Amino acid sequence: MALNEQTVVAVHEDAGPGYRFLELEAPRLADALVPGQFVHMRVPGLEPTALRRPFSVFDADAGRVTLLYKVVGRGTAALAHVRPGDGVEVLGPLGHGFPSSSKGVPLLVGGGYGVAPLHFLAKRLKDPRTILFVGGRTKDDLLALDRFAALGVEVRVATNDGSAGEKGFVTGPLDAALEGLRARGEAFELFTCGPDGLLKAVADRAVAAKMPGWISMDRHMVCGVGACYACIQKTVRGNSRCCVEGPVFRAEDLVW
Amino acid sequence: MVNMEVNLGGLKMRSPVATASGTFGYGFEYVGAVDYAKLGAVTAKGIRLDPWPGNPMPRHAEVPGGLVNAIGLQGTGVEHFLKVTVPWYRKQAADVPLIANIWGGSVEEYAAVAARMGDAVDAIEMNVSCPNVKAGGHTFGQDPKVLHEVVSAVRAATKLPLLVKLAPNVPSIAPYVKACEDAGADGLSLINTIPAMVIDVETRRPVLANRTGGLSGRCVHPAAVKVVYDAHAVTKLPILAMGGIYEAKDAIEFFLAGATAVAVGTATFTDPGVVAAVYDGLADYCERHGFASVAQLTGALLL
Repeated sequence: MALNEQTVVAVHEDAGPGYRFLELEAPRLADALVPGQFVHMRVPGLEPTALRRPFSVFDADAGRVTLLYKVVGRGTAALAHVRPGDGVEVLGPLGHGFPSSSKGVPLLVGGGYGVAPLHFLAKRLKDPRTILFVGGRTKDDLLALDRFAALGVEVRVATNDGSAGEKGFVTGPLDAALEGLRARGEAFELFTCGPDGLLKAVADRAVAAKMPGWISMDRHMVCGVGACYACIQKTVRGNSRCCVEGPVFRAEDLVW
Repeated sequence: MVNMEVNLGGLKMRSPVATASGTFGYGFEYVGAVDYAKLGAVTAKGIRLDPWPGNPMPRHAEVPGGLVNAIGLQGTGVEHFLKVTVPWYRKQAADVPLIANIWGGSVEEYAAVAARMGDAVDAIEMNVSCPNVKAGGHTFGQDPKVLHEVVSAVRAATKLPLLVKLAPNVPSIAPYVKACEDAGADGLSLINTIPAMVIDVETRRPVLANRTGGLSGRCVHPAAVKVVYDAHAVTKLPILAMGGIYEAKDAIEFFLAGATAVAVGTATFTDPGVVAAVYDGLADYCERHGFASVAQLTGALLL
């Protein structure tokens, strides 16, 4: 059930060039959220009629909810100006998230700020086998790696320009790991969030390997609660709503 | 205490505030975020005989003071609606009356879906004015003769209170109002979205996959008030007024112009608290201006 919570900004800080962490005092949401779910925010500073903006959740702990976002448009540009103590109206928890455990080795694959829900996931999985594969155009797009390291998650990196980790796409180190697991006959599960190209690449690998793949889609939304049917993703069941049937879909259900 | 009850063409509402079709899903999605105790009725998303996939993405574009949408009436069809949706709605929202919004590709389809509803819902609103679906909806609302034919057919198929939701983009609303009245409608829903288009100048392409859509939100409100005023001038049919209600003042304008009840739509996307705020503001206004009941506000415009 979606509730509208009046939250208060506790911390708002840089997470990298153009990226921000926003930590909200939101006791009810922090308790209720599961990894992969999202929140729908009435962005302070936008006109009163402006639509809400959806955000994935980087962390939810001890009465606080942390978002990791990139300044990409009018909404996030306005959001970048909120200060500690400001009130922010947030609707949530919304949507279907990731499963709460992984039978096989959890392989998390993120691009850019897509690492946000993967951090929350890694924290809740508490699985020492977890590996994060993270990609970006340059080293500036690699976010919160220290936070993953603090969770004991092994991090493997690729950048398009080679400024950090392997040069190329994140599918490079991912495929190398998949090959190793295959050779050892080990089961795995794939969890991903990032640009559509990356999501499809990960979904294809999950389907090909007949292993579970959990794909978190990022779509513009209107209502966030399933009422308007604006955020549609094609699936084997027809036109599904990202905000209700998603944002996390099973790899084999997606129609690209 | 102000009496907030209204009678919308036979539909008894404990509150004059409803929700607008297409903005409130099938009525249960906002449980927890909207104060249902202050809702007089919920209008469900458009239903036809068979499931309908709706339009390709993107389906919406945000514009200053509003929203352009081309969802395209995606829906599960009347059988699923009756078997699954309505029982679930009744369980979640218990005593708030449910208005089924219906549409079809032919006069026969409109009548069939209305008949199939039986008495499972509390009222029917016919959509003859959706700008986003080629066959159906819109085509029936652009010619008073065709409108009369389809409303008559639905009237013959149902005993439920029957509202007809009309398009605002006609030279004069009067002949359409008359057609509905003559065909036995119990009330009017005014207005549907206004046909609109948004172009991405960088790509030189329409933003919506459907190319065009329907405009709603605060920016349409003055246009909607005018249509309600014009319709009320030529009919005694009760009017469910909608279009850009974001606060009580917007709803009060509708009542003064001739509405019997109002529906909150696009505003709920931004603030699910608008329904309650409009209800409270209406009661407060009636108190301050000496109206014992909200029904006395209808058409109370001073000229």
